[in-house]
Amino acid sequence: MYSSEAQSDSELYEEAHVHKVYEQIASHFSSTRYKPWPIVERFLKDLPDGSVGLDVGCGNGKYLAVNPNVFIIASDRSNNLVKIATKHQPHTAIVADNLTLPHPNASFDFAVSIAVIHHLSTPDRRIQAVAAILSILRPSIKGQGGGSQNNGGKTLIYVWALEQEHSRRGWKEGDEQDVMVPWVMKQKPTAESSEESKTFNRYYHLYRQGELEHDIAEAGGLVLESGYEKDNWWAIAIRKPG
Amino acid sequence: MKILTVNFLTCAVKACKTSPLSFPLHFRDAELEQSDIGYNPSFLRNILPRVDWEALKVTATELGFTTVPSEKPNLDPAPSNTDLPAPETAMETSEPDVADEKVMRDLHTLLLETEVREGKMVCGNCGHEYKIKEGIANFLLPSHLGR
Ligand SMILES: [Zn+2]
Repeated sequence: MYSSEAQSDSELYEEAHVHKVYEQIASHFSSTRYKPWPIVERFLKDLPDGSVGLDVGCGNGKYLAVNPNVFIIASDRSNNLVKIATKHQPHTAIVADNLTLPHPNASFDFAVSIAVIHHLSTPDRRIQAVAAILSILRPSIKGQGGGSQNNGGKTLIYVWALEQEHSRRGWKEGDEQDVMVPWVMKQKPTAESSEESKTFNRYYHLYRQGELEHDIAEAGGLVLESGYEKDNWWAIAIRKPG
Repeated sequence: MKILTVNFLTCAVKACKTSPLSFPLHFRDAELEQSDIGYNPSFLRNILPRVDWEALKVTATELGFTTVPSEKPNLDPAPSNTDLPAPETAMETSEPDVADEKVMRDLHTLLLETEVREGKMVCGNCGHEYKIKEGIANFLLPSHLGR
């Protein structure tokens, strides 16, 4: 474990290089994020009606539009993004930190965390973020005869991949995994500033193949399914039974 | 923030989650607002089994609602979208019950349409206050409580 001093340093780092950036780019970011990724859409549409779950790091809430027959409590660090996310009925959105989620343990049918955990700046904090999600999921209930069944609440986690040679970023195996990624915000020149664009840098940890599954196992999860989709690694997991 | 949401919230301080005092959070100085959300009886029927009724009664009383039934209404879950009965069967078995309809309408108003616009939610275990501003509840902890 990291000392609390180191932890506090990483908190300050993420505050400056993740949270503040999203707060400032919120509406521009949101206007570019509207198309749900197919794996996430399938996961949410396949849930039984009446399921209750979380969207941890919901951003503008684009996944809240996918299934109106479940109830999602969405959360994000950015107040400006949460304001945008609250418009999706029947769901709800709150401001919360993904390491200290304000929800009862062991109670939810599902949780999604899409493009979020890669913003945490140490291996320990990334594992803690997965553990925080697993802790709110319903545990599996033993089937008849006591055999273990993987019927607990499920999470879908998505993170940016290091292996994306064909993307415009061009990162590949062996490259540096901890990177700053620019966000260029175009703006109309105003009386105060003639600049036509402003660049914000966000911190990312790019996941190697197998790293997400490793983090999930470390956090006490069991991976049911995992894969690669459009420059991202994803995994569906439950709390490890029994 | 909707009243239904409160049923799925507790204190963000890890040590509080195992204390029964941390659920539900308690309202202070709450200002309410009615919003208009499309009435969806099947959503309500499906969500109701997941609602902690005792906690909901505490929340409703704190916010001044006196009409919540003392027991959770026993409503049949809505037919799932995978096994819809044939139309004629549906007519026979799910004739809308007038009393049920009233209970459902009231629950819709309370759980989904009533918004807490301003106020605080307080943990009964540690006393930490979470503010609600412009309808958005904020659960970020000061760093000394976040460990
Ligand atoms: Zn507390």
